[in-house]
Amino acid sequence: MTQSITPTGSQGISKTIMNGLGRHGVVLALALLLLFGAVRYEHFLGLFNISTVLRYNSMFALVALGMCFVIMTGGIDLSVGSTAALGSVVAALLSPYGVIIGTLGGVFAGLVIGCINGLIVTRLRILPFITTLATMLAASGSALLLSKNQSVSVSYESGFTELGQGDFLNLPIPAIIAGVFYIIASLVLNLTSTGRTVLAIGGNEDASRLMGLRTDRIKFLVYLASGGLAGLAGVILASQFGAGQPIEGVGWELFAIASVVVGGTLLTGGVGSVGATLAGVLLLGLIFNILNFENGLGWISLSAYWQSVIRGLFLLVVVILQARLSRPND
Amino acid sequence: MALSLLSMQRISKAFGGIPALSAASLQIDAGEVHALVGQNGAGKSTMIKILTGYYRKDAGDIQFDGASFDVESPQAAQMGGISTIYQEINLVPYRSVAENICLGREKRRFGLLDWPAMYEDARALIARFNINIDVRQPLMNFNTATQQMIAISRAIGFKAKLVIMDEPTSSLDEREVGVLFDVIRQLKADGVSVIFVSHKLDELYQVCDRVTIMRDGQSVKTAAMADLTQLELIAAMLGRDIAQVSRHTTAFGDRTFQYQSGPEAPLLKVSNLRAGRKVLDVNFNMRRGEIIGLAGLLGAGRTETARVIFGEDQRQGGLVELNGVAFNPRDPADAIAAGLGFCSEDRKLDGIIPDMSVAENLTLVLLPHLSKAGIVDETAKAKIVETFIARLGVKCSGPNQKIRELSGGNQQKVLLARWLATNPDLLILDEPTRGIDVGAKAEIQSLINAMAKDGLSVLMISSELEEVIEGADRVFVLREGHSVAEFAHKDLSEQAIMQAMAYSEPATTAAGAAS
Repeated sequence: MTQSITPTGSQGISKTIMNGLGRHGVVLALALLLLFGAVRYEHFLGLFNISTVLRYNSMFALVALGMCFVIMTGGIDLSVGSTAALGSVVAALLSPYGVIIGTLGGVFAGLVIGCINGLIVTRLRILPFITTLATMLAASGSALLLSKNQSVSVSYESGFTELGQGDFLNLPIPAIIAGVFYIIASLVLNLTSTGRTVLAIGGNEDASRLMGLRTDRIKFLVYLASGGLAGLAGVILASQFGAGQPIEGVGWELFAIASVVVGGTLLTGGVGSVGATLAGVLLLGLIFNILNFENGLGWISLSAYWQSVIRGLFLLVVVILQARLSRPND
Repeated sequence: MALSLLSMQRISKAFGGIPALSAASLQIDAGEVHALVGQNGAGKSTMIKILTGYYRKDAGDIQFDGASFDVESPQAAQMGGISTIYQEINLVPYRSVAENICLGREKRRFGLLDWPAMYEDARALIARFNINIDVRQPLMNFNTATQQMIAISRAIGFKAKLVIMDEPTSSLDEREVGVLFDVIRQLKADGVSVIFVSHKLDELYQVCDRVTIMRDGQSVKTAAMADLTQLELIAAMLGRDIAQVSRHTTAFGDRTFQYQSGPEAPLLKVSNLRAGRKVLDVNFNMRRGEIIGLAGLLGAGRTETARVIFGEDQRQGGLVELNGVAFNPRDPADAIAAGLGFCSEDRKLDGIIPDMSVAENLTLVLLPHLSKAGIVDETAKAKIVETFIARLGVKCSGPNQKIRELSGGNQQKVLLARWLATNPDLLILDEPTRGIDVGAKAEIQSLINAMAKDGLSVLMISSELEEVIEGADRVFVLREGHSVAEFAHKDLSEQAIMQAMAYSEPATTAAGAAS
């Protein structure tokens, strides 16, 4: 009954700075990490290392991009890891027919899962968490069934592996693909009515519906896109490692969520950035890379499992910062 | 004079500098059923939340059961003998009746739960209300009324001396209301006092001994129910002196609407509309360029009617015609395409998108028109935003300021602009001036007036009598889901409207009183 009215007027300067840090913190952290690596390790900024990091992380970047849009509407997509595994198996099975057929097949498998997610969430009004948990299990099972529970070798004659292993103008092809999608996504988010609607739904879904925005259509589209991008990530996985991997993709959804959150996108929806999500992916990816370099120096020998610990700590720090700095009024 | 159980004196409380209560008082006798009434924002909830420890008071004194009473948490209030039954029952649906009743004061033996003793205890408490149920069944197996009895039993189990009931009848049917009133009378006979909050006036007269009326954070009147007519009660609630009718306290100009007589069908015609529990039989019509006021007490079905017309809720019966053609929008997008707009009552809940800018909030509805091949035309958008910020006098640091940083009045202007920018035929305004300061209120009222002069038709829902009397060409009064009266502008008076709001059909009263 009694409305508490939030204080209005100009924000304090310190608060503005804090807000900025909360939003661009990931870029700053990425820059610091790059600087640290460049100073400490000889070949860190070498072409080979950069190319390796980008090639490997482009899969995660694609999955995180889809996740970013889902989260901006206030939803979640837990099925992306299994969907990528399914996509890799389908692509590997179709790889003898060429790179185009293999790619389309893998992406199509992802779109099917995304379509199912979208329909269940918008038509049956089941919570995204439950819906995508169920399709995560189903997609994983389908991948194992199709592959008969073993990795499926891709055809090397058809040129399918070029997609994941090849270069174009000295840049890894997967990184180019991911880059193109990030540019498109950024344009969609910032310049189109669809992008504005995505943020509006996450910000206040009731208000969006009362404004006549087609909330269900847009929500369907983000799940469809997330599925399709996960399928594409699976295609790159198969192409890069020469095999469809039915048991890969475990935990990818959590890595994607972590990247999105580190990038400053609110899990409650309504606020988000495509560029910061990419920075989040690279930040978490570089932690692994730097660990390898550190071991290479020969002074210490940290197990690869440390990367998870460090990534976890990063995630916690960012979430705590977000909670404490960005929204002091609420 | 009966013994005083509770005395709250000169209670004050402010939120962020805005006073919600200023020196409000409430006094409850032992074994009394006391009604607490007031409009939205009058301070009832704040008063109760201070009493039950949700909020701390800024100033004032509370005496309860002969001692000073100042609790820091709802748990402490409950232990102190004050229990609250909420509108939405807050018990644990999956657990048994007995567990719900005993939660927080479980009986133990050798440190373990003593189930037989708890079942026995629960059974004994429930039996006082002449209901016989299996207390081992999960709570959710029972209907709302029974769940409410269980909630009350729980309160009694905590040895409550005072039970607060916040709109307890809102989800009950007539028979269940009768049972609840029996329970209240039983409580009273046992010497327990009850604070009864309700907007249904008939109920207050059936079950309450005295009433305290709150308005604008103050207690304006306390009287025995028998000494107060319904009309007097409503007048006190709305802050009107029945004898005195002041003209032009709002910024609406003189309404000099001329009906164009002719064969033209009314812009909107609503006949026998029925939807959900709140809209039972609503009838009204409006002509092009008219401002129609929908008046009524809280819960009369005004907002619900508007939501059906706008396609957000679906009707179950009756007919809505727009320009003489049946109009059945499937969703708000349909209604908007047909030229409607709807400025909702609760800005925070379903109005603003808090994290988006003023410009975004203003243009979201327009996006389809502002986009070519899906790409938003930023130049056209900026132009519209600039035009409307200037036209409505929105005070903001710029179009890119986040809307949540604006004051309530300026947020409301942005929401009005959102709809005006779509150039609608019919704009529904639900409480357009709620919760905003006096200056912004006057601006918005004169704005509505100017819009109507330009030919816009407005359906205005307002709980402020001045607003509908001075602002509307015609007023329809709703009462418990039925339209009960229509007034032309020249026949409008506060007394007439209040009479229509208060008037109770004999049948309703008889049915309720039969319990």
